[in-house]
Amino acid sequence: MIAFWALAVVLIASAVWTVSASKPVYSVVALLLNFATLAVLYLTLSAEFLAVIQIIVYSGAILILFVFVIALLSSGTEPFSIGPNRMPNIWIPGGIVVLAGFGFAIYAIANATFAPAPAAAPAGTADVFGSVADFGKALFTTQLLPFEVTALILMVAVIGVITLGGAQMHRVAPPKLQARADRQMREAILRAGDD
Amino acid sequence: MAVPILNYVALASVMFFIGVIGVIVRRNPLVMLMSIELIFNAANLLFIAFARLWLQNAGQVFAFLVITVAAAEAAIALAIVVMAFREEKHVDVDETRALHG
Repeated sequence: MIAFWALAVVLIASAVWTVSASKPVYSVVALLLNFATLAVLYLTLSAEFLAVIQIIVYSGAILILFVFVIALLSSGTEPFSIGPNRMPNIWIPGGIVVLAGFGFAIYAIANATFAPAPAAAPAGTADVFGSVADFGKALFTTQLLPFEVTALILMVAVIGVITLGGAQMHRVAPPKLQARADRQMREAILRAGDD
Repeated sequence: MAVPILNYVALASVMFFIGVIGVIVRRNPLVMLMSIELIFNAANLLFIAFARLWLQNAGQVFAFLVITVAAAEAAIALAIVVMAFREEKHVDVDETRALHG
């Protein structure tokens, strides 16, 4: 319980820091703290595999992508910071919205009836809930279709990114350079023919 | 579960609304994307908390799916941001006109 509250305080503080940081790099650092804390929270919820995935995929891949894009966009120019926000005095109405959503969630959950939790499997057995073996067995047997759908989603994303980046590459290649490369290749072929 | 489920719901809703405020308020597309990641993670936290409550690992599998969708979304959205920045030389979603219909 104490661990939960400590993690919750860090989570909310880092979330607020992410949204309110003055430079995007600070937002990335705050988000990194948020994701690492969330991974610990997943461990307390016995989701071992997802805690590891949270660190590897979110902190390792997605946030690095953000850092690279920030470095790429601000290279050659001065590091950009935020412009003016849309609503400078958001924190008062925003706080009201957060409290309203919080209250609504509490109200909805307090009035809902949940099925009673089933008895946990005895510890030490192979099918203890949330272990990597348990998760993997579910992923490749009963939940095979969602797993295959993730493969499709990643495929679509890769094709989309290549399409976007590839269109850019064609545009930046100047035609004069291309003509010179063609001429050099023709000359090289002719020279090879002479030999 | 040592911690009541209500605490997880409250924590996730606070995180979700902080993310929503970030998307509404900020004009930098990168920070808006990071706010969207906060929203994804709030949903993930609920999936995992309820999976633990009912000892059903379908919730964990769906959280895995959400992480995949978040990775795909971040890759494509960042590619669009880079392209838009090359066209317009600034990072401000209110000033960007390249995606007008």
